[in-house]
Amino acid sequence: MIDAKVLERHGLTKDEYDRIVGFMGREPNLTELGIFSVMWSEHCSYKSSRVHLKTLPTEGPQVLQGPGENAGAVDIGEGLAAVFKIESHNHPSFIEPYQGAATGVGGIIRDIFTMGARPIALLNSLRFGDLDSPGTRRLLEGVVAGIAGYGNSIGIPTVGGEIVFEGSYGGNPLVNVFCLGIAKASDIIKGVASGVGNGVYYVGAKTGRDGIHGATMASAEFDDKSAEKRPAVQVGDPFMEKLLLEACLEVMQTDALIGIQDMGAAGLTCSTTEMGSRGGAGVEIDVSLVPQRETGMTPYEIMLSESQERMLLVAKQGREDEVERIFEKWDLHAVRIGHVTDDGMLRVKERGVVVAEIPNRALTDEAPLYRRPMTEPEYLREAQQLDLDAIGSSEKPVPGTRASHRGDQNTALLAMLASPTIASKKWIYRQYDHMVRTNTINMPGLGAGAVRIKGTDIGLAMSVDGNGRHCYLDPYRGAMLAVAEAARNVACSGARPLAATNCLNFGNPERPGIMWQFAKAVEGIGAACRALDVPITGGNVSLYNETDGKAIYPTPTIGVVGVLTHADRIVGRRFQESGDVILLLGEGRGELGGSEYLKVMHDLVRGVPPRLELDAERALQALLVTLADDRLMRSAHDCSDGGLAVTVAECAFDTVGIGAEISIDGTTVSRDETLNIAAALFGESASRVVVSVVPDQVTSVLRLAAGAGVPARVMGQTGGSRLRIAVAGDIVIDQSVDEAERVWSTAIDRYFAQRVA
Amino acid sequence: MKFGIVVFPGSNCDEDALHAARDLFGHDADYLWHKDTDLKSADVVILPGGFAHGDYLRTGAMARFSPIMGPVRAFAERGGPVLGICNGFQILLESGLLPGAMLRNKGLKYRCEHVHLRVEQIDTPFTAAATRGQILRIPIGHGEGNYFAPPETLQQIEANRQVVLRYTDPNGRIDESWNPNGSVNGIAGLCNEARNVVGMMPHPERACEPLLGGVDGRVIFDSIVLTMRAAGSRELQPSAVGASVSGERS
Repeated sequence: MIDAKVLERHGLTKDEYDRIVGFMGREPNLTELGIFSVMWSEHCSYKSSRVHLKTLPTEGPQVLQGPGENAGAVDIGEGLAAVFKIESHNHPSFIEPYQGAATGVGGIIRDIFTMGARPIALLNSLRFGDLDSPGTRRLLEGVVAGIAGYGNSIGIPTVGGEIVFEGSYGGNPLVNVFCLGIAKASDIIKGVASGVGNGVYYVGAKTGRDGIHGATMASAEFDDKSAEKRPAVQVGDPFMEKLLLEACLEVMQTDALIGIQDMGAAGLTCSTTEMGSRGGAGVEIDVSLVPQRETGMTPYEIMLSESQERMLLVAKQGREDEVERIFEKWDLHAVRIGHVTDDGMLRVKERGVVVAEIPNRALTDEAPLYRRPMTEPEYLREAQQLDLDAIGSSEKPVPGTRASHRGDQNTALLAMLASPTIASKKWIYRQYDHMVRTNTINMPGLGAGAVRIKGTDIGLAMSVDGNGRHCYLDPYRGAMLAVAEAARNVACSGARPLAATNCLNFGNPERPGIMWQFAKAVEGIGAACRALDVPITGGNVSLYNETDGKAIYPTPTIGVVGVLTHADRIVGRRFQESGDVILLLGEGRGELGGSEYLKVMHDLVRGVPPRLELDAERALQALLVTLADDRLMRSAHDCSDGGLAVTVAECAFDTVGIGAEISIDGTTVSRDETLNIAAALFGESASRVVVSVVPDQVTSVLRLAAGAGVPARVMGQTGGSRLRIAVAGDIVIDQSVDEAERVWSTAIDRYFAQRVA
Repeated sequence: MKFGIVVFPGSNCDEDALHAARDLFGHDADYLWHKDTDLKSADVVILPGGFAHGDYLRTGAMARFSPIMGPVRAFAERGGPVLGICNGFQILLESGLLPGAMLRNKGLKYRCEHVHLRVEQIDTPFTAAATRGQILRIPIGHGEGNYFAPPETLQQIEANRQVVLRYTDPNGRIDESWNPNGSVNGIAGLCNEARNVVGMMPHPERACEPLLGGVDGRVIFDSIVLTMRAAGSRELQPSAVGASVSGERS
């Protein structure tokens, strides 16, 4: 019955099948094969990535829970833990953007409350192709509506995020969702099944045929038949999830619970196996007891369904009534579908007859582990070549004008501000409820997302960042830059970075070039996390992000969480008052490799990404935290996409029209003077922050910076209604703030307005 | 004075309302579970924002059948102050406690942002501390806040001075480009004929602390305090209203 075709449909190789037979001591039946196929899928087993992930730093005194559970947890003081994780829903979102994104939000929220934490904040990191394409606009609208539809309904604010538009994601958008919750540090709940005879309960939505083989789908490339996989995408029900969330948190208040896990990827199969495996126990269930939405479902279908909003929990013997009563209050029914055993087996019955029997270990610990071959991809050396002397003539006309910007940095600035990657994301974030729960202390678009913790003085800041272009040009350095940027954004708000989570989006790991990108990126993440003392507490790997054989840019997305000892000392990106002094912390080197400037003005993705000195980065971040805590800085904005000129412009936006006048050093990167000026204005050297300071505190700030070994210099001051920037003494940008802000704030709207007109 | 905050299973601004009433304004406040049938002697009832029963049909359409809505209605009919915020406003419309209906926002998208409101009427328990024409900057967060009523009803509402709050520009001028959802006549808040039941789409509980970006929502809570103090000196003791309603359990 099980032939090559069946194996192919299950995404299993002949070798893997032989391994299965070895573990079982016999041929598996189809149900068992299905169970193996999802547990051994890339999505669940991390078979290509595990050897690399093991090298990441995961420990520190602040870490309460590292990788391996539903989410990581760190100590934030006051007896509290922040529980957080980021996860991808790329493949489903491409096939069905609304539901794909919505169920991504639902999944990560379940991971958080499963740990006993109340989810209080969401972030997302999105990648799309060029907005010129109607297909991209449709995907963007669907994904944003899906995230909004789920998060808004359930009442968890989306407090920030990032989004990049880049051709490489045209056939494969990225939807990475981050969720953070708060729990008492002593009350963290784990996904374990233990205690022979304890009841295994199923609660939540009924099981249907939706999402069967979703995990397997997420472990294959896309082609023109991908649309046919739509039935593998599930439909979300945020109301059901809200009931589950409240009921589960209420059950967790009692101590009647042994463990709990959500049924995410690979549904009932994954939750029963993992809970048993973590508890060193076995689990026996009868699928005929599982609440079903459709008739005639086979054990195979029930075990592999990925219907949403379902939880599996193990209750203490004798306390079942308590648990059931709480679920009844929320109009949910906890159904006993089995019990914990001591034989380490996953045993599935149908009306008492055993239909599958597999050692847990074979599904989890013994899953295949691949050290896949890797080689430096061929494109790399060529792409890293950047001849700045030669490109002066290659610039493309400024978008929206016929004229070249030749020498006119005002026009260049406006073109940069109009780039959808840089432009205001208000069109997106105003569709998210970012204020529900009345904790949001830094609105989206103003820097790191931040929430206060009621009943304490503290707050939490969080940021997700990644730069696929940098990683394409140098995955090691690009990944380090992503960690540094996420942590720097957190530090700019005044919070001390504590820990990180990662979502690794890559192409097909069976290609040695992709595997090399992956390995290098993981190395880079490890190096940066160690240096900046932000251990990785969990995350997710998304491979096979390819369409028709074309991979996305390697895109590790890093989420960093930090703690503010005084929530009311939060710092945002906006200038606060005219007459403040503007300082640059850190040093520019006019680095244009992989920059937004080269992309926007020259349509080039070339060169090497900016250098990163981890010691300097660490010192800068520590200084920012001190400055915020001592109330010495009024605003702070990380200098990244678009360099210094864009950063200063953004500091002036969303204020009452406070302008700025600054003067910066020139730099020599080319024989072409225009490019030299552009490098000073738009170069993307790392470890730089623009801060504004009350005049009589400038001396203190400079003294603290000197003490910390952070280069700092006064650039100018806030005030007036124009943005004036001099490079090496010559004013090269003189632009009305209102006009620049109009361009920046309406750029994304205009892509959608065009369509209506 | 005691606030009763109704909790439907899909309410998600219930904690925010409780936090405002209890922690910021120092009043007694308690949740009222939607399956309950008494108001626990509440003097003021708030129907908070959220998605009461998932709102897959129409926002608030099913909430009116929740057991708690019986005593809420009786409380309202006796003159007890009831405030519906966002989803609470939608529920008041669906329950017939306020006239009209909500449509999806013009533009068909959920919108969360600060808006400007002009206080039109100050003879309601929730605007008594404001001045007429006062401009408030308060956030909204909804996908269905496009208020609609047929012309005759609308005429009546306007004639009875039932429009309590209107969307305006920052200077208090009616301007369609500042109307976030397409509401007819820029209606953001409405009261019943007896003026004790008020519904509003913006969230005053989100605008009570400087740290959250503004305090213009405080006037709504200040108003109810002012009203209850005034009522306390008269014969109608609203807490007595609550008690008698809870005694009517059937």
